[in-house]
Amino acid sequence: MLLIDCPWCGSRAETEFSYGGEAGIVRPADPDALSDAEWADYLFNRTNPRGAHRELWNHAQGCRRWFGVERDTVTYRIARSFTLPDAAGAADGGVERDFETGDPTDAEPGDRR
Amino acid sequence: MTGAQPNRLPTGGRVDRSRPLGFRFDGNALQGFAGDTLASALIANDVQLVGRSFKLRRPRGIVGSGAEEPNAILQIGEGATAQPNLRATQVPLRDGLVARTTRGWPGVRFDVGAINDTFGRLLGAGFYYKTFMYPRAWWKLYEHAIRRSAGFGAAPTAPDPDCYEHMNAHCDVLVAGGGPAGLMAALTAAKSGARVILADEQNEFGGGLLACTDQVDGAPAAEWVAAVVDELGDCADCTLLPRSTVFGYHDHNFLTIAERCRDHPDGSADAFSATNRPAAGDDSTAGRQHDPRNGRTAKGPDDHPDSGAAAGHHQDTVQPVKERLWRIRARQVVLAQGSFERPLVFCNNDRPGVMLASAVSTWINRYAVLPGRRAVVFTNNDSAYRAALDLTEAGAEVAAVVDSRRGGAGELGRKALDLGIPVLQGHVVSDVAGRQRVSGASIARWAGDGWATVKPTMRIDCDLVVMSGGYSPAVHLHSQAGGQLDWDESQLGFLPAKSVQANVSAGAGNGKSSLAECLADGVRAGAETVSKLGLEPSPIEAPAAGNIDENPIEALWRVPAVRDADRCPKQFIDFQNDTSVADIKLAVREGYRNVEHVKRYTALGFGTDQGKLGNINGMAVLADILGKSIPEVGTTTFRPAYTPVSFGVGAGESVGELYEPVRKTAIHEWHEAAGAPMEVVGQWHRPWYFPRDGEDMHAAVARECLAVRNSVGIMDASTLGKIDAAGPDVVEFLERIYTHDVGLMKVGRCAYGIMLGEDGMLMDDGVMARRGEHRFYLTTTTGGAANVLDWLEKWLQTEWPELQVYLTSLTEHYSTIAVAGPHSRRVLDKLGCDIALDNESFPFMRMKPATLAGIPVTLFRVSFSGELAYEINIENSLALAMWEKLMDAGREFEITPYGTETMHVLRAEKGYVIVGQDTDGSVTPVDLGMNRLLSNEKDFLGKRSLRRPDCLREDRKQLVGLLSSDARTVLPEGTQLIDEAGSLARGHRRAKRPAWRGSQLGHRSREPIPMCGHVTSSYQSACLGHPIALALVAGGQSRKGATIHAALPGRDPLPVEIVAPVFYDAGGQRQHV
Repeated sequence: MLLIDCPWCGSRAETEFSYGGEAGIVRPADPDALSDAEWADYLFNRTNPRGAHRELWNHAQGCRRWFGVERDTVTYRIARSFTLPDAAGAADGGVERDFETGDPTDAEPGDRR
Repeated sequence: MTGAQPNRLPTGGRVDRSRPLGFRFDGNALQGFAGDTLASALIANDVQLVGRSFKLRRPRGIVGSGAEEPNAILQIGEGATAQPNLRATQVPLRDGLVARTTRGWPGVRFDVGAINDTFGRLLGAGFYYKTFMYPRAWWKLYEHAIRRSAGFGAAPTAPDPDCYEHMNAHCDVLVAGGGPAGLMAALTAAKSGARVILADEQNEFGGGLLACTDQVDGAPAAEWVAAVVDELGDCADCTLLPRSTVFGYHDHNFLTIAERCRDHPDGSADAFSATNRPAAGDDSTAGRQHDPRNGRTAKGPDDHPDSGAAAGHHQDTVQPVKERLWRIRARQVVLAQGSFERPLVFCNNDRPGVMLASAVSTWINRYAVLPGRRAVVFTNNDSAYRAALDLTEAGAEVAAVVDSRRGGAGELGRKALDLGIPVLQGHVVSDVAGRQRVSGASIARWAGDGWATVKPTMRIDCDLVVMSGGYSPAVHLHSQAGGQLDWDESQLGFLPAKSVQANVSAGAGNGKSSLAECLADGVRAGAETVSKLGLEPSPIEAPAAGNIDENPIEALWRVPAVRDADRCPKQFIDFQNDTSVADIKLAVREGYRNVEHVKRYTALGFGTDQGKLGNINGMAVLADILGKSIPEVGTTTFRPAYTPVSFGVGAGESVGELYEPVRKTAIHEWHEAAGAPMEVVGQWHRPWYFPRDGEDMHAAVARECLAVRNSVGIMDASTLGKIDAAGPDVVEFLERIYTHDVGLMKVGRCAYGIMLGEDGMLMDDGVMARRGEHRFYLTTTTGGAANVLDWLEKWLQTEWPELQVYLTSLTEHYSTIAVAGPHSRRVLDKLGCDIALDNESFPFMRMKPATLAGIPVTLFRVSFSGELAYEINIENSLALAMWEKLMDAGREFEITPYGTETMHVLRAEKGYVIVGQDTDGSVTPVDLGMNRLLSNEKDFLGKRSLRRPDCLREDRKQLVGLLSSDARTVLPEGTQLIDEAGSLARGHRRAKRPAWRGSQLGHRSREPIPMCGHVTSSYQSACLGHPIALALVAGGQSRKGATIHAALPGRDPLPVEIVAPVFYDAGGQRQHV
């Protein structure tokens, strides 16, 4: 069971969260302008990488906030959690935490492992 | 020897001879001692035969002494508390224990199934796949026979009366395994200030130390263990869990442990629980008030007598926990699970009386039982010489040590020779004589050539064959955690290599063989983990233990026999599943190469023991046959559980009333008092119907329906999802979510709204109301309430954070009472309402705050029945009072409470869909004929998808009404609809046979009949006097008036007419009056 770092509540067990799929899928501004193929691409196609994957999680049994997680799809290691842009377009880069100790590290936000 | 226990040694061991325990085995009354396992007690009573093998029904005896035991799989207990599949080697003996063998009919001694063994050549790998394919119709006969003969034991049929629980815990260091390495690792970590949990599957800590004759720190090993355990118990934050198997290593250092709380021996383990109990008044224990061991020791009648008295009043009310599941999140894990000794693979190596060397030492040293009088010891390494020495010491005769190595053993070998034990170097045991018990061993000279045949040169009479093929580290948890394995050619075993999670291996499980190495490795592992945690490792030195000079092991994966593997007596690799060398050869011959495929084809490692004994041997034999190295062949995947865990411990407290949360409305008590059966919808318990004296459901629903249509009914609709949506951007937000023009709604207006997924499929529906300029009240379906809130929140938080909208769930704060029917207005009027209720002042689809009978409410004039109707939204605390006032006021109109069934009939008469019943996630609003709800003026979620080619197909399944041609058949929901009755009609007398069987059964070739749709809702309509149904039919909206057919089981297809899905008051006048 994954241990997921909610940016607001801290580390919690996976059972408190629900999964929201790949992060960074932006809804097209004008869907009507898209071809069927382009719309289908937005709707269905995902990167499905082997390795680092940015994905959305919701702390459903906690603060109910959505946030991003960078997780390795092979090892399931979670490199970091990050908040999503707020109304002003700002997001923190996420707190980089050491996998084993859970302590914050001094790595640059956004660094990929 | 001791009385009734012929194999009990007069002295020694860790059993308490002053505490005899009676038990029954297959009906025979036997006796053992406190401290025995069931297996040791059976050996003490000279019970050799404990089971029959799975396929060939060969007689089987105890082989091992722990988790690896493949044969002694017994049924323990009787009735509802019976437990199947328990290893006798891991069942502590207790007074009155009842055990029985699970294989063999009429009995384990004489089993008619043993004829399988005679024809064993025909029952090779894949036998079932190959043999029971044809003719297909016979499968039912085969299956019956196979199912009856499969399995090891019977599950109880009555509910389990025992109590189980789950416990969450966190720790700095979890140590799995309490042998020499685990004890030292735990001690090092605990002394360094780490929060430690030490778990061991046995009753006592110590692991192999309990069964050896070595000295540690100048004291007998067992005494040293007791001192260390005391020391651990004194540590501030060290939790000791004996009788606890770490069975699963999951992601992110989450581990699961099954603790058998009542496997309490009457004697020796008490001390360990006692050290676990925090002393009263000790500050360090304050945070552990809920430690279950505190409670447990005070609960059970079979727990400590000392504490039981103090808390005796609990005994009537609190049931002692039988097993506990620990769910542990550990920052670091030390894996010290030891190793498993491997059998040697020779002919008839499964005969009762063939045992592992480590097990023989354990029987003698720990349990003081002697499993044989005259033994042959067969080995390819030095360790088995210990068993030979132990046997001699205990008074048995070792007829020979047969060592496959031409160089023989080191120091232990010399000791054996000093004791006069004959040692045959460069020899093997090629075959064993005896059927229900070993009677002799054939010995052959061997030159070291793998597959060459050998000729036995002598036969030695014996009643015990001791074997050792070397040790395989127990890498199960390391592998479950994702760690890699490295093949070690000098030790001939897979050792734990790179870890993926925060764990280290130690001791025998890390490839250390001598006691001194294991102790030192434990200290290292403990220090390593605490360093990673940022603690200063306590300067602990490993205690002194003897190190003896050993000669290296030499590979002997399959012992040559007089004939090649296909024709010689079976050489077993997996005892429980009867997988032999010949089976693996056959699998390779039939084209299997991958170890995972060979495993599945031969059932190698499939049993309850999961191949703990046989897998490495099997992989090595496979590698040999394929001409590959063992690491090239690799291992199969290790998965939880390490040893079987009970269903009870998995379920924990979540059984019976606690299986699922129960949600009740504020009016629930009234419904119960009225005798309404409940229907569970999204965990809500909703009244289904309200039967009057003697009424069945059909009659009650008919009466309720007519009451609503002709007078007035009342329903508790509180379970509908209710969401308050407010904020400056709420209109913009809801415009994007709902398909209709939300912005056009004036304050006080209601609208039926639907929302789609981005794929264009209907997701949820409900009435929404505009309560203010920037405030809406949304309702959802009962089952969809949580999903809809999540869905709205997701869009707000992830896609449109610039929109200022606040969503609040009101579902559990307000009750909703629907009053429906032509007289509903008069009922409300009678109660006294502060707003005018006439149609002019308060027309259909409006909402208004009001005071009803002096109570503030929000009134909605909405209708899910098509009748004049009101929904009263009211604070929960006042809901029951309001309901009762409405019942009073409605008495003169015979106001009738109705349940979900009537609600369904009424809405179906009106053609209103239920999301999830009439839709299934592949249905668009266009399919439902809801085009008028789709705004052309704006974008909304899912809109673009409605133009996808698939959504534009004309033959999509569309919502229609159906009328049965006979005007009396209520079609079962889910009924398949077909265009042509054709062949089905002619063949209905054979309808018991599935249609696809037709071609095999003769008569004529019949194509499968394509279905064109299915029935989604179907009821008898009381007010119409005939059945009605809603259905999804391909191209249905343009086929009104057409006749299609409903395929009904056991009778001719019934013609049904496609009609519009509105059966009653098509113009909708009744709700506008």
